[in-house]
Amino acid sequence: MAAKTVLNYLPRRSVVHDLTGTTKLAFFLLFTFAGMLTYDTRVLLGLLLVSLLAFRASRIRVREVRFMLVFMLVFLLMNNFFVFLFNPNQGTEIYGTRHVLLNLPGRFAVTAEELFYLLNITLKYFIALPVAILFISATDPSEFAASLNSIGVSYRVGYSVAIALRYIPDIQRDYHSISQAQQARGVELGKKEPLFTRLKNAAGILLPLILSSLARIDVISNAMELRGFGKNKKRTWYRQRPFARNDYLALVLGALLLALSIVITFYDGNRFYNPFI
Amino acid sequence: MKKNSIKTVVAVGIGAALFFVLGRFVNIPSGIPNTNISVQYAVLGMLASMYGPVAGALIGFIGHTLIDLSWGGAPWWSWVLASTAVGAAVGFLGRKLPISEGVFGKKEIISFAVINVIANAVAWLVIAPVLDIAIYAEPAAKVFAQGAMAAVANSVTAVVIGALLCAAYSKTIAGKGSLDAE
Repeated sequence: MAAKTVLNYLPRRSVVHDLTGTTKLAFFLLFTFAGMLTYDTRVLLGLLLVSLLAFRASRIRVREVRFMLVFMLVFLLMNNFFVFLFNPNQGTEIYGTRHVLLNLPGRFAVTAEELFYLLNITLKYFIALPVAILFISATDPSEFAASLNSIGVSYRVGYSVAIALRYIPDIQRDYHSISQAQQARGVELGKKEPLFTRLKNAAGILLPLILSSLARIDVISNAMELRGFGKNKKRTWYRQRPFARNDYLALVLGALLLALSIVITFYDGNRFYNPFI
Repeated sequence: MKKNSIKTVVAVGIGAALFFVLGRFVNIPSGIPNTNISVQYAVLGMLASMYGPVAGALIGFIGHTLIDLSWGGAPWWSWVLASTAVGAAVGFLGRKLPISEGVFGKKEIISFAVINVIANAVAWLVIAPVLDIAIYAEPAAKVFAQGAMAAVANSVTAVVIGALLCAAYSKTIAGKGSLDAE
């Protein structure tokens, strides 16, 4: 089928794969939170190093996730370009100094501060990339509901996520066949049609999909009700694993990274590391 | 999630899967370069008004997080939370809409439209840009321009496609007192 799965689990024997789903989820959240809070270049570089080491340890090859990498790089380039276009002086505003490197007409002079600021934005997003890829590629989706539940999310919500992951391929297939069938009947979504017709045609494809999905909601919820879902406050999980030594180590590392990055970032009272003063 | 909570759990799951598939694979050009029509917000509007604010918020949150993860990278939390807010707001304001009872006439279409415009405006003009500035320290001009584009595109999609979907769906349900004595 043309549309392949995108949330791709790559099973393997590695230190990272052996961690429980709970650990990976918690580490992922701690790590992205640390990356989100800080704008300190030194912290960002440190986090990047940890992130790359974790990727190395997972034995997932770059070739297998090349698509995501290329997409992110294009996205980051575009984002940097727009940030620059809308406000080429954001760097100067943040760092308070101005070193012009290249004089361009209007307000578009390239300053060292702006380039440094763009580097920080890029780093900030890029450090999360290896960890996010690991989180997707090294976590068994069947374990995910259990992980969510064990970090304190209600098991009903965990179950919703599990249902979403389970039914994405089905709905994708449905969408594919419906849209092909409708296109065979001349329903067009491309640029040839005026905007309003395009929207109307989209509704024509969506309607069968929605109706079948609503029917699916009924079938699944009846089946779950018959099995007594939601009767108790707690539930057990088939795929839950007990914590091992490495899990504790990874969690401590995640917590330490978050604490360290908060301390280093904020001890001088500013989110930004300023090399210009 | 008190009454009929199993149905809500499943609706969130299937809704998030729909949101994901539509947001990830369906590209309808809007006419403006690099901007696509995000049909998933039409479905979010419809499901949120059918299943309530909690379901709406969770569909937006889970669906958007999965989309961002599938592109590879940490979720862009500011926009994920904006999607969550759209679901919650439409679900809260539209919880009285009688779509599941098979009633969706002129009056309902108008309130559905107003509700969706309000929800999308708040989410994309306020929540997303403000969080972008707070979390990512991006230039205000850029994030508000992006937010304004998203607000317009998503409101139009939600109102036009969403209303068409609701109207068509409510026709498939036999309403109260639709039987006539002969």
